[in-house]
Amino acid sequence: MGTSVLYEVKTERGVFCMLLLLYLCCSGGKCELQESQPAQPSNRPTVKPFNNEPQAFPEEERASLPVFTMDYPRIQVPFEFTLWILLASFAKIGFHIYHKITIWIPESCLLIVIGLIVGGIMHTVKEEPPTALSSNAFFLYMLPPIVLDSGYFMPTRPFFENCGTVLWYAVVGTLWNSIGIGLSLFAICQFEVFGLQDINLAENLLFAAIISAVDPVAALNVFEDMGVNEQIYIVIFGEGLFNDAVTVALYSMFSFLADMPVVESTDVFLGVARFFVVAFGGVFFGLVFGFVAAFTTRFTHNVRQIEPLFIFMYSYLAYLVAECFAISSVLAIITCAITMKYYVEENVSQRSCTTIRHVVKMLATVSETLIFFFLGVITVTVEHEWNWAYILFTLVFAFFWRIIGILVLTQIINPFRTIQFKYKDQFGLAYGGLRGAICFALAFTLPDSINRKDLFVTGSIAIIICTVFIQGISIRPIVEYMNIRKTNKDKQTINVEVHTRVMEHIICGVEDLCGQWSHYYWKDKFKKFNDRVLRRILVRDHRAESSIVSLYKKLELQNAIDLLDTPIGDLSAAPSIISLQDEKKEASRPKKKFMAAEVRNMHDILSKNMYKIRQKTMAYTNKYNLPDESRTREILIRRHASIRRTVRAGSFRDPPERNIPRSQKYYSLQPGGDLEAAFALRRRSHGSGSGDVDHLSAHVQFAGASARSSSRSLVPMRRLNTIEEIKNPAEQPAVSVHPPPRSNGEDALNKTGPGSLGGSSLRGRRGPVPAPRRSSSDWVEEDANDSEDTGERVDPPQLPPPRGWVPENQDPGENGAGNALIRQSPHRSMRF
Amino acid sequence: MGSNSSSMNNIPNAEQLVQETGFSAAHILRLYERFQFLDKDDTGQLRPEDFGAVRELAMNPIGDRIISAFFSPGQETLDFASFVRVLAHFRPADSNRTRDGAQPEPANSSMGKLKFAFQLYDQDRDGKISRAELLQVLRAMLGMQVTEEQLQSIAERAIQEADFDQDDAISFDEFRKSLEKVNIDHKMSIRFLS
Repeated sequence: MGTSVLYEVKTERGVFCMLLLLYLCCSGGKCELQESQPAQPSNRPTVKPFNNEPQAFPEEERASLPVFTMDYPRIQVPFEFTLWILLASFAKIGFHIYHKITIWIPESCLLIVIGLIVGGIMHTVKEEPPTALSSNAFFLYMLPPIVLDSGYFMPTRPFFENCGTVLWYAVVGTLWNSIGIGLSLFAICQFEVFGLQDINLAENLLFAAIISAVDPVAALNVFEDMGVNEQIYIVIFGEGLFNDAVTVALYSMFSFLADMPVVESTDVFLGVARFFVVAFGGVFFGLVFGFVAAFTTRFTHNVRQIEPLFIFMYSYLAYLVAECFAISSVLAIITCAITMKYYVEENVSQRSCTTIRHVVKMLATVSETLIFFFLGVITVTVEHEWNWAYILFTLVFAFFWRIIGILVLTQIINPFRTIQFKYKDQFGLAYGGLRGAICFALAFTLPDSINRKDLFVTGSIAIIICTVFIQGISIRPIVEYMNIRKTNKDKQTINVEVHTRVMEHIICGVEDLCGQWSHYYWKDKFKKFNDRVLRRILVRDHRAESSIVSLYKKLELQNAIDLLDTPIGDLSAAPSIISLQDEKKEASRPKKKFMAAEVRNMHDILSKNMYKIRQKTMAYTNKYNLPDESRTREILIRRHASIRRTVRAGSFRDPPERNIPRSQKYYSLQPGGDLEAAFALRRRSHGSGSGDVDHLSAHVQFAGASARSSSRSLVPMRRLNTIEEIKNPAEQPAVSVHPPPRSNGEDALNKTGPGSLGGSSLRGRRGPVPAPRRSSSDWVEEDANDSEDTGERVDPPQLPPPRGWVPENQDPGENGAGNALIRQSPHRSMRF
Repeated sequence: MGSNSSSMNNIPNAEQLVQETGFSAAHILRLYERFQFLDKDDTGQLRPEDFGAVRELAMNPIGDRIISAFFSPGQETLDFASFVRVLAHFRPADSNRTRDGAQPEPANSSMGKLKFAFQLYDQDRDGKISRAELLQVLRAMLGMQVTEEQLQSIAERAIQEADFDQDDAISFDEFRKSLEKVNIDHKMSIRFLS
């Protein structure tokens, strides 16, 4: 049995981690058989790992039981493969130790260089190159993770906002490049001097199709660091993603044509038809598998351990099925990822979600590292056919057609764009057109029937290395040079720095408010359809939420727990160490002189710590890192903390029947009024600290009071309202329970004028710092209420505060560890 | 633009708004669509939490302030005209458009833009950015790892830089002077889509 698995692994020529595991598990039974074999196999270092020939098998002669044996061939394939991965990963670690290297030289360059070195070593010791990068292995095992990563982390909104442009560049641009390069190379081939007459038109086109696939990794990394306009960013990203599909389609078309002796005009039409079949077929399979995956995760809440697996299996299935029908598997997996992501992330637990993200990133990084690494190795070890003219002209034409293509295509698309591309942007687009992994893999897939295959392979490697090295390294200085105005930072005053950032935030906020990127009509339509139909089917807990509520919820789950564990504890209090009065006091202290160094230091702090203006794309598309949401989370936590505090303040003015048992629960066991006093103090502090927020919630309150039929947005906030609503009737009893805090809270509410709806709203706090644990329990309870409340929200909102739900709230079973606490405890260990 | 239900006729006082704010009719139409989109329950009035539903705005560190800037004190709702009037601050300054002199200070002048920014700091509307107000904004804008002392000294320094009359606060004039070198029109303009 073990043997068969072994063969399976070999015949598949693939080295997939899963199979590796499977293999290790299943082949356990074979040990005895092979044990009799002496260590002889290690003398045959050049066993080709992936060939189909059966391996030398142990003779069945029975010797005495060996004490020490070694059976290298049995583990050779996975062993070597693991070593390759390790080597590549070590290289990555190495680059990031010297972080400055990767700023100036793209990681892909470094990987290729290391690959070249390793390849050189292997070449000198006459070792065979790893055949893991056979085209099949590439397409079946290494490409899917990369594309899945791109699809899964694709910033959906900006992408759909720029959908037209992206497709325009990806489809038409790639066609343009392939045909342009192919035709001009064909023209070159007509010169007898170069000795290239035997390359016909179809082969030229085929080659051109191979080398016109743009791989945006390097360019994206640079643009990300530079903070380039996100329009360009998403266009480059999308182009890289989709022209894979186009290239693969073109490739299959041209390689078919190249085999045919005569090309008729009907074939061209069939080719065009095929192109559409390839593209839409891919999208179709992606959609199908995406929805199936989403639907499946609806039922996985009892088997959380294997939840992430579905994502990978379904997307891989989509890929394989598409590959099976020879339609665009890249498109299939991208579509699948985009489709399912939204629903899946709502269905799966927070932990699975994190796992999925990490594994997607990990697989993609490994694949890509390996590809570039192998590229280096193969460059040295493979046989080349070098033709100066052909390769030089290839380089020139590739560059030339890319620039012309971008210029022309941009002129055509610009009138349709709301934000037009300037010449600078166009240059960035054109110069960012590096060639990468796809190109390399396709070159190796070339059928042997093409007589100048070696030349094509050499040409592809040449263009990859040239673009990756020359353009990849020079793009940063050039883009930096073109973007001159960001340099003179040091001369600014602190004021300018702060105020300009404020203004940038304002502009951003207003832009978001105005929905600058249009399409919102269709977006709205889709959202309605989504809420009404899709979510009902695909999402387990399918109540529609406004995005902010869901965001809050998600973030709350992730972070609030973190916060409880941090020593500062109460986050809402953390930023407001000093009270207003302290500030007043400070104002009178003697003016401090600031040293130049101090000012420089401040600039440093500011530039490092000021929140960047929101960028929709950047954070998500980084090839090598998971999106860093810490900043966003901070902002949200702060805002949420302030809102939550109003909830707390509000809950204090609750109707008595709710309040009394609660206070009993907490205080009845306490000896003396000590704790109660402290509690009161804390309440007071919250009340005064959040005066401005109270105001915000006051806004919200009124809103909630009016009938809101369609939108169920801001669900948790509504609870505020109901509580606030009953404030007045509840006043008397509440006073009787805790007189000081209530009045104080009211005070603060009245004191802070309507204008003080503050951004940070984390103003001074007069009371003592609350102990973190205290606040934690408070929070959990708060949240329990929240969740209950949302649970109840299915009912049509009743607006005079339904007394009905109040007793439910104090039900100890529900309120205590019953739901929220337990439900959250699994996530406790989860953090980014 | 697939304008579904809205046309200029449906918009109250459209003509007047065009006159007043300098937006083109197409701008107004588009903004009206957006307004309707934000106005989830079709009351013709926006409330702060309608704004809050814009996800990006929720992630804006000074999002609350931006929202509150749309609402004049004491008002809980915002009708379309006021919405457009506030947005008019962000229209790029006109280069060729001749104004009939009736309005001496259009909202989209750099003065108007500056005033808008100033208001965001000056929450108590006393015409001055006090140290406390500056600190609040700084706190909202800076990451959590900045210590309170650092914040304090940054605020201190900022006030010292700008404060010419030694009242330990930044008045609007001082605010304007400290931003003299910045191209306000460039920084505070949005290319409104039409």
